[in-house]
Amino acid sequence: MKKIAIAVTVASAIALSACAKKAPEELPPPPQTSAPTTPSGPSQPAGPVPGTQQHFVQQMQGRDTIYFDTDKYDIDAEDQTALRQQAQYLQQYPNVRATVEGHADERGTREYNLALGERRANAAKNYLVSLGVSADRITVVSYGKERPVALGSNEQAWARNRRAVTVVLN
Amino acid sequence: MIRLFTFLAFVVAVATPAYAQQPAPPVVPMAVPAEDEEIGLTGRVTDESEWQDLGIAIPAFAADRDGPTPANSQGTSALGVELARVIFNDLRNNGLFRPVGPDALPRPTYPQITSPAWATWRGRSAEMLVHGYVRAGNDDRLTVGCYLYDVQLQQELVREGWVVAPADWRRAAHKCADLVYSRLSGESPFFDSKIAYIAETGPKDNRVKRLAIMDSDGANHRFITNGQSTALTPRYSPDYSKIAYVSYLNGFARIFVYDIGTGSQTLITQSPNPTFAPRWSPDGRWILYSMAASGNTDIYRVSAAGGGSPQRLTDAPGIDVGGSYSPDGSRIVFESDRSGNQQIYIMNADGSNQRRISFFGGRAATPEWSPRGDLIAFTHIAGDLRIAVMSPNGGGLRHLTNSWQDEAPTWSPNGRIVQFFRTQRNSGETSIWQVDLTGRNERRLPTPVGASDPSWGPVLP
Repeated sequence: MKKIAIAVTVASAIALSACAKKAPEELPPPPQTSAPTTPSGPSQPAGPVPGTQQHFVQQMQGRDTIYFDTDKYDIDAEDQTALRQQAQYLQQYPNVRATVEGHADERGTREYNLALGERRANAAKNYLVSLGVSADRITVVSYGKERPVALGSNEQAWARNRRAVTVVLN
Repeated sequence: MIRLFTFLAFVVAVATPAYAQQPAPPVVPMAVPAEDEEIGLTGRVTDESEWQDLGIAIPAFAADRDGPTPANSQGTSALGVELARVIFNDLRNNGLFRPVGPDALPRPTYPQITSPAWATWRGRSAEMLVHGYVRAGNDDRLTVGCYLYDVQLQQELVREGWVVAPADWRRAAHKCADLVYSRLSGESPFFDSKIAYIAETGPKDNRVKRLAIMDSDGANHRFITNGQSTALTPRYSPDYSKIAYVSYLNGFARIFVYDIGTGSQTLITQSPNPTFAPRWSPDGRWILYSMAASGNTDIYRVSAAGGGSPQRLTDAPGIDVGGSYSPDGSRIVFESDRSGNQQIYIMNADGSNQRRISFFGGRAATPEWSPRGDLIAFTHIAGDLRIAVMSPNGGGLRHLTNSWQDEAPTWSPNGRIVQFFRTQRNSGETSIWQVDLTGRNERRLPTPVGASDPSWGPVLP
């Protein structure tokens, strides 16, 4: 961190003294690869690398997650829309693998919720497979009620926690 | 790893607190002045109001001499006070007795242990009297004697003694409390037992969960796992040598058996599918577990010794989970949603003859068969989650708690008390509680951090 900052400072100082916009070309390859202040222009496309989890999340815009009613694991129309998008992504990047994480809300007993989370994750996986994604690219894991995202103890929070989240791995 | 416990060596015939050649002093007369002096030594003034309800007096245990002991930096005399305190706390926490402990009582002399100063105790309305002594041997081992007297009858009811390693001094106190409890209540003992549970720290969305153990009164607390992987639902083996529990060590739930003596951990079964809800058979030969595969969870059993292929006990579509053996090992009570939601079922230990027993409103989960065999404790889900009991035929539903979220009952070894954990609304903070079968005597167990998934083991031999 520190080193880069120093390098940038030096580079900008030289740039200023040279008083020219293509000053960097006069220099030997400088250690300024990640400096946002380099005047060399936008050479790399911004944003995550395709096929990464970061890219997947960005592309899905929330549709990496589907939600369930209390004690239920059926895939409704909204879930189908989300899973179709996930399936398209997985078909577009055939080298990535995915894990579907199943979750339950806190208003159930721990062990049943572990089973319920698995059942939800599996329902999502089955739908993805029905859309043509190879089953051996998808693993499921259940966290039961152990990993809530919404922290309140109310219907809204519980609705957000009853979910299956697809995560891509490459 | 530290060795958890060494066995108590029973002194079969404890007899008297040996310094035998000295004859016991005459009973009543000289006792009273001596005790007044002893009050001064304890540094406490007796509060008369405490005597109104006195059932059992538990003064400090006497020491033959105030010798050094690794069990207490201040010597055996101070240890005698601690022993009585442990017994006092054991007995006062279950609703049957109203004991008075050593901090409010005169201290008997060593010879008085076998020859109580009756007038003193009768004068204070004590109905029962616990006396005891502690003696340090040359090998540091402690001899602890325990005597229960009926003050009105001026009669000894029972006595026992134990030789323990210094580190096990509390076990001698629990054994004494068990002796008193059993003799007076007619119930089986339970204080000299241990609890495995999950220690919880950190915020709700990043909770750290560690396997931990403690004595039945919360003492001798020890963390076993470091918290890097989520640990859940421990169960002590019936001989306390192992703990089966769920760990996310490899990213998903799997049951490991932790060997307390060696510190080694083994998987109970090799499977790519998650395994959870471990349960021991009463004889320790089998472990029940639940395994989820393709959205369907079933109950299996596998040899606890390792080897041998798992045997599948349920095959209903849906979630069959958990399980608890009847005390004789012939039947298993378990949970299934095959009827549409969580309900309680019973089957034979080989999986045959499965039938539902819970037919009341709401859902019913986490059944645990009482060690006495007469009741099944479970989590009743009807809006809130509450601890309830019913008979093994499904009748006699009775709620023991009424809180926002109480779940996962575990029985005391004698089947008179149920422990469970309670979750606070919003914060999600957890704590272990216990309640007796009347539902009236409810208390929180002292744990250093948040606590869930208690599992109460049997009485130690």
